[in-house]
Amino acid sequence: MRHGKYPFVIGFLFVPVTLYVVFVIAPYAQAFQISMTNWRGLSAPQWVGFENFRRLLDDTNFWKAVQHHGVLLLALPLITIAIALFFSFLLNVGGKSSGGQRQGVWGSKFYRVVFFFPQVLAVAIIAVLFQMVYRPNESGLINGVLMKLGFDPVLFLVRPNLALWSIIAVLVWQAVGFYVVLFSAGMASIPGEIYEAAEVDGASRVTLFFRVTLPLLWDTLQVAWVYLGIAAFDAFAIVSVLSVDGGGPDGATTVLAMEIYRNAFVYSKYGYASAMGVALFFLTLTFAALTLRLTKRESVEY
Amino acid sequence: MNPQTTLPPTPAALPPKTVKPGAAGGRGGRRSEVRLLANLGHVALAVWAVIVIVPILWTFLASFKDTTEIFSSPWTLPAELRFENYARAWNKANVGRYFLNSVIVVACSTFGTMLLGSMAAYVLARYKFWGNRAIYYLFVSGLAFPVFLALVPLFFVVKNLGLLDTHTGVVLVYIAYSLPFTVFFLAAFFRTLPSSVAEAGMIDGCSHTRLFFQVMMPMAKPGLISVGIFNIIGQWGQYQLPLVLLSNAKDKWVLTQGIADISVNAGYEADWSGLFAALTIAILPMIVVYAIFQRQIQSGLTSGAVK
Repeated sequence: MRHGKYPFVIGFLFVPVTLYVVFVIAPYAQAFQISMTNWRGLSAPQWVGFENFRRLLDDTNFWKAVQHHGVLLLALPLITIAIALFFSFLLNVGGKSSGGQRQGVWGSKFYRVVFFFPQVLAVAIIAVLFQMVYRPNESGLINGVLMKLGFDPVLFLVRPNLALWSIIAVLVWQAVGFYVVLFSAGMASIPGEIYEAAEVDGASRVTLFFRVTLPLLWDTLQVAWVYLGIAAFDAFAIVSVLSVDGGGPDGATTVLAMEIYRNAFVYSKYGYASAMGVALFFLTLTFAALTLRLTKRESVEY
Repeated sequence: MNPQTTLPPTPAALPPKTVKPGAAGGRGGRRSEVRLLANLGHVALAVWAVIVIVPILWTFLASFKDTTEIFSSPWTLPAELRFENYARAWNKANVGRYFLNSVIVVACSTFGTMLLGSMAAYVLARYKFWGNRAIYYLFVSGLAFPVFLALVPLFFVVKNLGLLDTHTGVVLVYIAYSLPFTVFFLAAFFRTLPSSVAEAGMIDGCSHTRLFFQVMMPMAKPGLISVGIFNIIGQWGQYQLPLVLLSNAKDKWVLTQGIADISVNAGYEADWSGLFAALTIAILPMIVVYAIFQRQIQSGLTSGAVK
């Protein structure tokens, strides 16, 4: 294996590493640098130290966005994981047990296929789809029904305290199927004898779920929480397409990605936008570190 | 349409757990509990299936209606199949153009990602050389950064290279941002492949390059398919990168960008049926592809999370 190794290694690595350094590493490094300047794209950037970050502290939109990330960070994983766990338990161990083999309820395969489908669609497409669903007059899917029944239309995306939850509902709608499949894979690897032993001891389904399935699925749950947390820090496509004027009404649904995009590519405040990017980076990092720390637990060997 | 409110009670709220140690009572209690849970479960599952299917089905129906029909009878079958909605979306609203652009961009970028990603992963996984670990961690660290941190400098990198508003620029950027996961996943995969086959090939005088393309790549096929699907779906759904990198070249826009733009303008032009048709054009192919490759897509997309 010796001769001609280095030319081969270099030949194989050169293009991918160059591409990666130019388009990924260099921009990340520059972002930190630009965040310390007042660069607006025309003249040479001027060093302003931490001025951008100080201005962030007084920026109401920035704080609104941070607050929304907080809501998303709690609501999105909690709701999605709760629904997905419930469904995957039903689909995998909810049915009869025959010959010691646990089975899901009737039609499990069909449900899994249907539930997963939204995951295949682009978020931007889903956002347009739900713009139609949420329309405030009789042409909307939900309000069409409500108004036929004689109710007043619900202004899902216009009422400030409803808009963010309408968006979270769409994110949950898309994510549940993915986590049903993920948890199903985790449940399938739990040996049937454990359930059998628990049932012999007289455990009910509810006990089975909380005492057997949940602890043995802990690692998968942790992964799910991290994934959904990362999704909660993005949410650009859905917010910019679905919400009224990009994060509205009046900033009621804005997220950091939206503010970065607006500051950079609408107002040309490149330095300020980069400072927000740096803030976003540290928020994400804190979240990941906290999650790993808080959810650390002896994993159960089986 | 909050999914929380449409769900029946969760298992925690379920009625009596009358499982007493007594033999007969225990049996009967458990059986009725099973039936109750199964029934409630069926209702919950069916409700969620309806929630998933109905918006999509409703879009298909609306794509054949005209604007008055959309407003007056949103829930009925269309009075006639107005295929002119599709013609209008495909030609006048440029959905055909956007669709083709998406296909071109994703075909090139996924091919490039798979080729370059597997080359780098293979070398990093199976060759010892100075700097191996450093390069590996350089790639993997890319998984931890949010793309939005890099957005501003990335825009200027692409601009300075003269690649703004070109498909080449988008393809290169897609490849670069797909490399961390691809390298991470495939390196783990290449490590698990047995080295005996590679050694046998070497003894037969096979060059490193030939060994990679003719022996290792075919052996890594399951892994390549998983990551390939992951990348195709991820890159097909990209919205923020093309929005920034192609903003001034409307004829180069990809599908997500185009449809989002149509939805903004549909309000002004009041062409709702055209928008529904455009949405259907974007969704229907995904349903067909998903129906065919359902199993591979599910395992491909979850592969990143499972290990």
